[in-house]
Amino acid sequence: MALLDVNNLSISFGGLRAVDDFNISIEKGELYGLIGPNGAGKTTVFNLLTGVYKPNEGIIRLDGEDITRKSTIEINHCGIARTFQNIRLFKQMPVIDNVKVGLAERYKYSALEGILHLGKYKKVEKEMDEEAMRLLKVFDLDKERDTLASNLPYGKQRKLEIARAMATNPKLLLLDEPAAGMNPNETGELMDTIALVRKEFGMTILLIEHDMKLVSGICEKLTVLNFGRVLCQGETKEVLTNPEVIKAYLGE
Amino acid sequence: MKIDKKTKSNLITYGIVVAAFVLFTALASTGNLSSHMKGLLIPMTYYAVIAVALNLCVGILGELSIGHCGFMCIGAFTSAFFSKATAEILPSGIRFFLAFLIGIAFAALFGFLIGIPVLRLKGDYLAIVTLAFGEIIKNIINAFYIGIDKSGIHFSLKNAMELGLDEGGEVIVNGAMGITGTPHDSTFTIGIVVLLISLFVVLNLINSRDGRAIMAIRDNYIAAESTGINVTGYKMMAFTISAAIAGAAGVLFSHNITTLTATSQYFGYNASIMILVYVVLGGIGNIRGSVIAACILYLLPELLRGFSNYRMLIYSIVLIVMMIVNWSPKIIEWRKRTLGRFGFKKNSGKEIA
Ligand SMILES: Nc1ncnc2c1ncn2[C@@H]1O[C@H](COP(=O)(O)OP(=O)(O)OP(=O)(O)O)[C@@H](O)[C@H]1O
Ligand SMILES: [Mg+2]
Repeated sequence: MALLDVNNLSISFGGLRAVDDFNISIEKGELYGLIGPNGAGKTTVFNLLTGVYKPNEGIIRLDGEDITRKSTIEINHCGIARTFQNIRLFKQMPVIDNVKVGLAERYKYSALEGILHLGKYKKVEKEMDEEAMRLLKVFDLDKERDTLASNLPYGKQRKLEIARAMATNPKLLLLDEPAAGMNPNETGELMDTIALVRKEFGMTILLIEHDMKLVSGICEKLTVLNFGRVLCQGETKEVLTNPEVIKAYLGE
Repeated sequence: MKIDKKTKSNLITYGIVVAAFVLFTALASTGNLSSHMKGLLIPMTYYAVIAVALNLCVGILGELSIGHCGFMCIGAFTSAFFSKATAEILPSGIRFFLAFLIGIAFAALFGFLIGIPVLRLKGDYLAIVTLAFGEIIKNIINAFYIGIDKSGIHFSLKNAMELGLDEGGEVIVNGAMGITGTPHDSTFTIGIVVLLISLFVVLNLINSRDGRAIMAIRDNYIAAESTGINVTGYKMMAFTISAAIAGAAGVLFSHNITTLTATSQYFGYNASIMILVYVVLGGIGNIRGSVIAACILYLLPELLRGFSNYRMLIYSIVLIVMMIVNWSPKIIEWRKRTLGRFGFKKNSGKEIA
C-alpha cells in the first residue's frame, strides 16, 4: 500500500479550476518531485494535502487513513509536515524554540506544570532540549541555537523550516520550493541536507521545485502539473524526456 | 548551580519589584513619603499588574485588546460585591482571599466567553470586540441594583426602592452610585505579592511548552497550524489568563477605594488605552518593561502636579524618550553594550553568538 494515495482531487476558486482531477501515489521512502510552470497549481496541491483548502472532489489517504476532511492540525498529527514557498518561521523566537514548538505534540506536560515549573516540567524540557539539539545538529544549526530565527541567513532559515517540520515526526514531508532564492552554493548544500534527511530518518518526501537540475539530481519520480492538470507522471528520466513536458516548459 | 539566561532574566525582574517594595516601604516607615505619595503605591501595583496582563495578550499572544479595563471592572465589582455582602460574616483575611478568587474567576469567565466567538477569527476583531465590551460592561453595571436581606438576594434594573428589601436589608450595588463601603483590604504589600504572582505566572508560562505555542501563533499562525499547534485553544488559554490577571488588578482596585463606580475614568476606553501605552512603551512582549513603564508613567503625572502647566509637557517628553529608548535599534544596541560593561556581558554576548 502506498503511503500517500490521492484520487481525483479537484478544487476551484471561482471559475478557475486550480487543481483538476489530480492523482498521485507515493511509496514509503520515496523522494517524489512535483513540477510545473508558474501558477500550475503545485502549492494548491500542498494546501489541499494539508487541509488548508478543502477539495471540491477527491480523496486523500495517508497510510490507508482517509484524511480528506481533517483540519490542518489533525493532518499534522496524522503525519504530514510541510515547509512554505515563502518561508514561515516563528521569527521572534530563538532557533531552538522553533524546533521545540514542533516537538510539543510528542513531549507533553500539563499547563499547570508548565506555569508552576513543577512535576514533569524539568524532565520533559530537558528531553526536548536534547532532541531539539540532535535535530539542529543534523541541519548544522546547533551553533545558532539562541539566535532569533529572523536573524538567520536565508539558506539557514530554509533549513530551520525543514528542521521544524521534522520535529513533528512526520511520515511524509512536503517541501515547497526549498531552493527558491538560493545561490548555487546554497542549493548544493540543500541537496545534501535533503539526502541526509532521507538517510537519517528514512523520510518520504514530496518536493515542489522549479530548479530542474535539483529535481533531476535527486527525485526518483516526478509528476508534472500544467494548468491544474497532471501532464505526465512517472520515473524522472522518462518524464524529463517527454515531448509534452518539454513543450510546457520551453513554450511552443 | 547553573542558571540559564531566561531564569536569570526572570530573577532580575522579581528582584526589581522586591527592591522597589523595600525602597518604598523604607521611605514610608521613616516618614519620607508624603501621604499623597503613599496613596499612589497601591494603584501603582494594580496598574503594573494589569499592564502585565495586557502584555500577555498583546505582546505574547499578539492580539490587540483595547478593553482590558473591562476585565478589571468585572474583577472589581464581583469581588467588592462579595466582600461587602460578607463583611460581617467572614474574617478579613479569608474574605479578601476569597474575593480574589471570585474577582479572578469572573474576569476569566468573561475573557473565556468573549474569546469563544472572537478568537476563532483571524484578524483584528478582538480589538473591536474588547473595545465594545469595555464600554458595554460599564453601562450594564451602572444599571444594576442589587440588595440582600434575610430572604436572599434581590435584583432590579429600575432603582433601589424596587428591590423591596426587608427591614435590615442592605443595598449593595446601587446603580450608577456603585458599591460604597467595600472593606479597605488592599495594602501595598498585598499589591506587590499579587504583582509577583502575576509575573511568576506569565514569565513561567512564556518559558513553557504552552507559552512557546502561544508565541508561535503570534509569529505565524499558518505555520503554527501546520506544525500541529491547536491555534484556537492556545489563544483561548492566553486570553483567559490575561483576563484573569486583569481581574486580580480589579480586586486590588475595589478594595482600595470607598466608593466603587463604573466610571469611564477608571474603566473606560481612555483607561484601557493608557494601559496599552504602558505596554507599548515598556516594550511589546517585554514583561519587565511593562512593570517599569506602568510604575513610572503612573507616578509621573502625579508627582509633576507641582509643575502645573508644564506637567503634561514633561509627561509627553518622557513618553517620547521612553519610546526612543525602547524602540530605536541603535539605542537598544547601545543599551546592551553599556549593560555589558556592568557585568551583564554574558547575557548580551550569548545573544550575538
Ligand atoms: N486562495 C486562492 N484564491 C484564488 N485563487 C487561488 C488561490 N490559491 C491559488 N489560486 C490560484 O490557483 C492557481 C495555482 O496557484 P498555485 O499557487 O498553486 O501555483 P504554483 O504552481 O504553486 O505556482 P508557483 O510556481 O508560482 O508557486 C493560480 O492561478 C492562483 O492564482
Ligand atoms: Mg507555489
